Amino acid sequence: MSTRGFTGRPPSEATRERLPPGQYLTQDFPVLQIGPTPRVDRETWRFTLRVGSRPLKSWTWQNFSALPRTRWGGDIHCVTKWSKFDTAWEGVGIDDLLADAGISAPTAFALAEGHDDYTTNVPFADLTGGRAMVATHYDGLPIAPDHGGPARLLVPHLYFWKSAKWLKGLRFTEKDEGGFWEMSGYHMYGDPWREQRFTGD
Amino acid sequence: MIEPSPLPWLSATIIGITPVTAQVKSFRLAVAFDRIALAGQHVDVRLTAPDGYQAQRSYSIASAPGNDGTIELMVEGSAQGEVSSFFDGVAEVGDTIELRGPIGGAFVWRAQDGGPLLLIGGGSGVVPLLAMLRHRAEAAPAVPALLLYSVRHGAEAIARDELSRRARDEPGFDLVLSLTREGGRRIDATLVGEALTRLGQPRHAYLCGANPFVSAAADLLVEAGLPPGAIRTERFGG
Repeated sequence: MSTRGFTGRPPSEATRERLPPGQYLTQDFPVLQIGPTPRVDRETWRFTLRVGSRPLKSWTWQNFSALPRTRWGGDIHCVTKWSKFDTAWEGVGIDDLLADAGISAPTAFALAEGHDDYTTNVPFADLTGGRAMVATHYDGLPIAPDHGGPARLLVPHLYFWKSAKWLKGLRFTEKDEGGFWEMSGYHMYGDPWREQRFTGD
Repeated sequence: MIEPSPLPWLSATIIGITPVTAQVKSFRLAVAFDRIALAGQHVDVRLTAPDGYQAQRSYSIASAPGNDGTIELMVEGSAQGEVSSFFDGVAEVGDTIELRGPIGGAFVWRAQDGGPLLLIGGGSGVVPLLAMLRHRAEAAPAVPALLLYSVRHGAEAIARDELSRRARDEPGFDLVLSLTREGGRRIDATLVGEALTRLGQPRHAYLCGANPFVSAAADLLVEAGLPPGAIRTERFGG
């Protein structure tokens, strides 16, 4: 049933085709995070793959910067309903991280862990096959601290809360364990095209 | 922890509209949520055009947690916004819209969370903080609280009379109102320092407003020695 008196301002057909349900297009780049922006020093930065609490492989900023680079361009979608088109990212693909570590994924699930103690869960299959990276650059420049720099996860086919800012590592888990938002009623998977915003969507 | 159960879209009826400032209106909505909205939570609003086109936006809840089957939203009118312009120019008492919620688990203050409670709001970012202050007055009046509210002009201050009255009548609640275009300070170390001196070391800090404002306030609190985990932020804009 329609809302009395509401006509809305639908975007162009071309824009509508690129917008998942319930989203609107924004030109700016909103900042959403649960607390202050942590100051992450590249000198002491480490990126660590773990199984449970056991480290599998760790990189310093210098080691990490020597890995093969990946670029991705496209649209991102935030659960708070904004979408941003034609974003451009650069970093290290998760496939290349695994190759450098000389391992294959030991479990089917992962928790991304931020320096602010933020966590978010992603099935590991969603991080491989060129679908995700640890991004260090946005639009050709180092990612600004408010947007997750020096390094953030980029999983652009899921709602953007899955793309954890200030990433310090990935923890392989046996089961699909909910992270920070997932434990507060947000969806375990978060596919924008199926509008999986909240538990039960 | 919010109970992770599905959040259906519900029909909500506008039962009251009150001007708050020249730009902001209060909407009282009757809605049968299956859980009580906590102070700091928000709702998603969905409007549907005759051709089926839908628009969704999120709005903070201004009312204290209650079980009378209503919530209050405060919406800033904007000619550019397709949803805010509906609220500003079209919506009338008796209209129905769709809501889902309450939503959000991080930017929430409950009576049992205690204090001292530091609230820092910029512009319309004061709305979820107002819900916390209303909740405090009802459920935990002994908790020391201070609101640092930064807004350009006095006439733009949301709930200014209510906040002043609370500051006068409620022991333990202190208000620092900074009107930045009327000679007041913009958010800086002096202003934050004054708030911390008057309140004492906060156990919880909730910051809401435009991103540059919230970022500045959060950095100032970290520099003043607050543990980052004690600071919760809600931001709008890029």
